This record gives sequence, structure tokens and C-alpha cells, in this order.
Amino acid sequence: MARVYVGAVVALGGLVISLGPFSGIAWRALGVLLLLFLISDSAPALISPRQHSWSASSSAILAAVVLLGPVGAAIVGSIAAFTPRRGVRIVQRAFNSGMYAVTAYVAGKVYLAAGGVPGVPKSSSFPAIIAPFVAAAVTHAVVNDILVNGVLRLTVPAGSAGRARFGQRITSLVVPDLGYAMFGLLIAALWRIVGPFSAVLVLIPLFVARWAVAQYVAQQEAHEATMAALCQAVETKDFYTRGHSERVSKASVMIAREIGFHFERLEAVRHAGMLHDIGKLGVPTLVLQKSGALTEEEYATIQLHPMRGLEIVREIGFLDEALAGIMHHHERVDGKGYPLGLAGDEIPEFARVIGVADAFDSMTSTRSYRDAKPVGEAIRELRKWSGAQFDPVMVDAFIAALGREPWQPPEPVAPPAGEPAAATVQDHDDPTAPLQVIRGRR
Amino acid sequence: MQQADTRRSAWQAMDSGQLLLICAAGMLVVAAIAQTAAVGMTGMQYAVAFGSLVALGELFRITLPGGRESAPIATAGALAYTLLLRMGSRVTPHTAMQVIATTAVGMVVGALPHLAAGRPTSIDAMARRLLAVAIVALVFRPLASSIEIRRHWWLALAVMTLLVMVAWFTDAVIAALIRAEALRAKFAVALWDELRVQAPLGAAVGASAMLIAFAAEVMGLAALAVFMAPLLVTQVAFRRYAGIRLTYLQTVRALARMTEVGGYVESGHSHRVSRLAVAAGRELGMNESDLLELEYAALMHDIGQLSLPDPIPGGATVLVSPADQAKIAELGAEVITKAGVLDRVAEIVRRQSEPWRGPQPGSPGPPISSRIIRAANGFDDLVGSSTDRERAVAALERLRLDTAAEYDPEVVEALSRVASRRSLPDVESRTFVRL
Repeated sequence: MARVYVGAVVALGGLVISLGPFSGIAWRALGVLLLLFLISDSAPALISPRQHSWSASSSAILAAVVLLGPVGAAIVGSIAAFTPRRGVRIVQRAFNSGMYAVTAYVAGKVYLAAGGVPGVPKSSSFPAIIAPFVAAAVTHAVVNDILVNGVLRLTVPAGSAGRARFGQRITSLVVPDLGYAMFGLLIAALWRIVGPFSAVLVLIPLFVARWAVAQYVAQQEAHEATMAALCQAVETKDFYTRGHSERVSKASVMIAREIGFHFERLEAVRHAGMLHDIGKLGVPTLVLQKSGALTEEEYATIQLHPMRGLEIVREIGFLDEALAGIMHHHERVDGKGYPLGLAGDEIPEFARVIGVADAFDSMTSTRSYRDAKPVGEAIRELRKWSGAQFDPVMVDAFIAALGREPWQPPEPVAPPAGEPAAATVQDHDDPTAPLQVIRGRR
Repeated sequence: MQQADTRRSAWQAMDSGQLLLICAAGMLVVAAIAQTAAVGMTGMQYAVAFGSLVALGELFRITLPGGRESAPIATAGALAYTLLLRMGSRVTPHTAMQVIATTAVGMVVGALPHLAAGRPTSIDAMARRLLAVAIVALVFRPLASSIEIRRHWWLALAVMTLLVMVAWFTDAVIAALIRAEALRAKFAVALWDELRVQAPLGAAVGASAMLIAFAAEVMGLAALAVFMAPLLVTQVAFRRYAGIRLTYLQTVRALARMTEVGGYVESGHSHRVSRLAVAAGRELGMNESDLLELEYAALMHDIGQLSLPDPIPGGATVLVSPADQAKIAELGAEVITKAGVLDRVAEIVRRQSEPWRGPQPGSPGPPISSRIIRAANGFDDLVGSSTDRERAVAALERLRLDTAAEYDPEVVEALSRVASRRSLPDVESRTFVRL
């Protein structure tokens, strides 16, 4: 299916170019724009770590739409096959080439239909040229988006994190893409005064913009990696909870995506899930590792851990919601949780998300007093406590998400020999084995 | 609470360099407005259009890494107005004084909403932006009426490029002078930092200004609308970049407190060590990117203690055996290495426990950042949150006794200069006063 789709796009691209007409294409301008396309495509800003990259080459195509018309623009787009980027497979090259040719051709047709005149713009063309140009730029962005999403739909498995994240990123890219498309009009407009040199002048802001985007992406990734590493540091002492933060973060994002959080809140819930138990550091190791019932004082220190966590992360410029999520992730819908005993809708949405993710990971992980529960059994437990401990909305969302994206429970861990004291004997996150507290003793 | 007590009003905080800069800009503006009023404006509608663009840019200004205020759209708009040769087919003969007056009015209008919202406005940054534009205007506007410039586009382009670069350099020099004085950094280092931070955005702004000046010949005022979009996108990218950098720093600062909440070290230890270390590093002439790495490493220097089964009593690593110090450093470096992006920081943390001369005579010692952290950590373990001068002097004396092998004497001297400033009301002191 994917092959048919790619083949169709490539064939369509070849078709629009081969049909012509080639009259009225300024060949020198074509050469300069081909070069411009390749240069701006050479080192695109990576948008997400693995597969998706995005380059500012749309400005070359849009300039071609104005200067050369639809067919010339399609030729400029088809050069994408010869991108100097490394590691692009031959199928990808072919697809990109066809996709850009089709996109450019459609944009060129829209430009003409909206009243644009192909050729070097004159002073009298302004400002009348702006409307058809913007129409062409929008078309270019949208058609590009549709074609790329089409191939992703066929090649990336449905419901996977990559696709959903990409879906959000791509919409956040249409706007910047339109911004860069405007450079296309600048190149065309300046052509009459400084000739091909206009392309050179335009390259500078283009590269700077791309540099800034790349820096932003790099910093964001560094930030997440550092946060994850520091959270792991907290877990190193207790091998049963290793990876807990990261898994809770992942499960929280699954729930949040299912109930339709937008990009920024999704990022915030990812961080909140990661950091939710950081306050456990403030609980004495003796209490965390105590076997048998806790005294009320000891239980109180455990109940305080969300507050200690908040104390640590408060200074980070997070959304307030993430902070509320960390603080209240042990509240229960029936009001019997801690630290404040909030009930129902009083509990912040983030906290209700994290609460479900937290309990689920605890149940599906090995503990010193029991083996890991299978996912199915953990889901049954979630259903059982839904409405009492958990928000039914979150439980349903999580179960729906689990149906599409299978959960990878952690590897079962065996306690290393000679280190029995380093294990958590009770787990405050485990809803099936509540902490034993000796009541009424002072 | 302490922070509020030591915060001074904007005017008191200003040093002589800033005052001089603002006075110069103020006088220039007064002269420009007076002259423009006397001679009259030419091309009123263009002045209004570009002035509005400046105001808009000033409204949407951004803060670059290191707390540097910047208004790329305003600067580009003002420079474009300065470099304007023709608008459509009409020649634009506006004078340099008119450019300065227009820019100044635009800036003030754009700054008003910020003032109304009570946001801090750095007048010296505005003055700097205005002066940079004024330099270009005073040289280029007289040239703009010459025939050669109008006839040969390459000549115009060359002159414009040169002038924009001169303006950018001047701006960086003034900014570096002010920053060096405020932070007690070395001027050459401050200038280099300034040039590096400002270079990408400066290039984009300069090129955009030239683009719009040329484009106006073809497109008329529509050039303003068309050029706005790409620069706006660039600005958004920069704003996000600066934002995530700040969040990153905040995250490391916050998570460094894990060791304190866990009872491994004394409260405030990581932050005091990082402040001391950064101040000492600046004293020793380190540049900004090295200082950032030093700050990260200093904040996380005790993170290895999280892997220890039991906290060290009192948390003072200076009192434990060298083998344990090395172990904590190694564990900390391991944690940081896991992030995959902070390898240099991990290396600094790993080698913080090494004596500065290296294990054998002649072998290379640890990097300067590690040596600084070692000394700052030793100092803070002995002094803690105390503000007692005598205690600080005694601690420095003890560090000096160990300079034969343990502590780098140069670092200890830098530390002592920093520590002696603790009671002085300079930029850094505020951060030292803590309860």
C-alpha cells in the first residue's frame, strides 16, 4: 500500500513536469533557484530526533512559483531527489522529489487562478501580488502536510507515539513554514534590482532562522535528557523502582493524549509524570524500607512527599498545572487521599492522570513482597478502584490507549544477593497493598 | 525577604557608564527632534509606517540568553528606514536627524505598554539600540543623496553591509563595557561573549534591513508587511530558544536541591557553591559558555551522594576520605553522563576530587572548572551559610595552607577576592545574602 502511494506521488510529479509547457521559463533563474533549493535543503533543522526533518527550502519553491510559473516550480521541487543530505534512502529521495513537484505545481496553479502573473514582478505588481502569493503559500503548506501525513499514515504504525507527536508538530510547523514562504516573494521582488544576488541576501536570515530552530530543538532534548538522568539518580538506591519515573511519565502522556491534551500541556504532563516522586528523597530511607506497619509519624512523612517534591520543582518555569499534578498525585476521588484529601473534580486534572499511571506502573512492576502483576490483572484492579481511588475518565482513557499501544512492563528484577536492605518493603504507590499504619498511637 | 531588602531602584543600580550612555542618547534625541521640527519632515507617511514598525518591534522585544534584551524587529525596521533609497519610484531624501527622531518616537511608543504593565525596562538597552541606528544614519543618509549609490546596486550593498557591521560592533562594545562593569568580568571576555551571542540575530537583522530597503523600491510599503512575517518567525524561534535555555537552567538549579531535601548536604549548599564558583570563574576570565558548564557542574557536584546508602554526617565532603570523595565524584559523573548531552559537565564533576597538581608530578591536573569547584566546595563546607567575615577569612586561610597540593592557589586567590566582596552592594552580592 505504501509502495503504491509513493509510486503514485512520484508518477504524478513526473506527469506534471513532462506535460509542460516549458515556454516562458527563464533558464538562468531556474538554475539559481535549483541551487538555492539544494543549499537550503542541505542541513534542515531536525524537528524530532529520529525521522522528521524540515527545511526552509519552501522559499525557493515559492520564488519559482512567481518567477517561473507552475511547471518551473515543479522542476525546482523535483531536484529534492538530489539533496546533499546524507542517510536519505532512495525511496525517500524519490518520494520527496515527487511530493515537492506536485506541491509546487498545485501552488503554482493556485497562484495563477488567484490572479497572479508569472514572471519578474514590477513595481506596479504590488501590492496586488500579495493575495495570490499568500494563497499559493498556504496551498503549498497544506498540500505538503497532506502528502507527508499520507505517507506517515501508511508507514508508521497507527496510534504510536511517533505519529501522534508528529501530527502535533506538523501543525505547529505550518505557521513557521508560511513565514519562510514569504522569503519566496522577497526573492522574486528583488530579482529586478539585484538579480540572482537576491537569493544570496535572502539566505542569511533563512539560515539564522533555521539555526535558532535547531538550537531550540537541541536545548529541548538536552533538557529532557538531563531531567530523566536526574530522576534516575533518585531511583538508583532502590532497584525495584528503577525506571518508575520514566514509565509513569510515558503512561501519563498516553492518558493525556487520549483525552486530547494539546501540545504544551502534553509536554507539561510528561515532565510532571517524570518528577512526581522526587519528593521521596525527603522521606528517610528507614521509613521507605521499613517492613511491617508504620507508625503514624512515619506515615505522615510519606504523606508529605508530594509537598517535598513541589518544594524542589517549584522554581522551574513550569505550567502551574504540572506543579498541581505533582502535589496532588496521591489524592483519591473519594477524598481519602493525601496530602489535602481533595475529592472528585477538586483534584487537578494532571493529578488524576498521574495517579492512574503511577498505580498502574507500581502494580505491573516487581516488588519485594510480590511479583509483577500481568497487565490484564492491573487493568482489572484499575477498574475495581475506578470511582473510589481513580477518576473513571482517566481509567477508561488509559485502557483505550493500552488497547492500541501495548505496554512494555519492566523486566522482572531479582534482588541482588547480599543487599536485602536496599529494597522497598512497602510501596506507597501500590493500591492492592495499602501501607499498614498503626493507628491511635502517639 | 532578603532579596527585597537588597534590591535597589533602577537609578541607584546604574553605574556611570550606563548613565553616560543614556545621557548621550537623550541629547541626541532632543537634538534630532528639535532639528526635525525646525526643518520639517519629508515623506511623512513613510516615517509613520517605519515608526510604527519600530514601536511594534519594541513591544515584542525578546530576552536572549544571559538576560540580554533585544528588539530585532524594531532594530531591523529602524535600519531599513535608514538605508531606504527609494520608495517605489520616488526618491526618499529624509535626513539622519529625521531617522533618529522617528526611531526614538517609535521606541518610546512601543515601550509605553511595557511600562504600563510594570515590566522592567532597561533604558540602557534602548539607548544602545538607538545609538547603533544613529551611527548608520549619520554616515549613510548624506551618502544616500549621491548619484553613485543610486546607480550601482553593488556599491550600495557594500556600503550598507559595512555600516551595519560597524553599528553591530559598536553595539556589542557598549554592551560589553556595561556588562563587564556590572558583573566584574574582563572586558575582552565580555566583548567576545557579546559578539557571539549577538552574531546570529545581528546577521539576520542586518540582512533583513537591507532586504527591506531594496524591496521597498519594488514593492513600496508592502515590503514592510512581507518582510515582517519571516523575521517574526525568526524572533519566535529565538524567544523559544531563550525560554528553553532558561527552563533548563531552572531545572538543574531546582533538581540540584534534591541532595538538600534528601538530607545529604546542608541546605543551600549547591547554590552557594555554584554562585561562588561562577563568580570565581568570571574573575579568572572564563567565557560565558564555560561559565554555564561550570554552573551546571557546581550545582550537581554532590549529586553522586544520592547513590550513597547513608548521608554523610553534615554532608561536608571536605571532611571525608579522599577515596570516598573520588567515589562520590565518580557516581555523580555517572549520573550526569546518562543524560548523554552533558559529557563535559560530567568530566568536570568526575575530576573535582583530584588534587590540582595531578597524581604524579608533571601529570596534567584536573580542568580549571574542577579546581574551582573543589575550592568553592571546600570554602562552603567550612563557612556554610554564615555571613561572618572572620569565619570566611579563616576558611580561606585554611584553603591557602593546602595550596601546595590540594587547591590551586590562583583559584583560591580569585575566591578570596570574590568572598571579600560579599558585603559590597554589587550585582553578585544580592545572591550571597541569604537566611
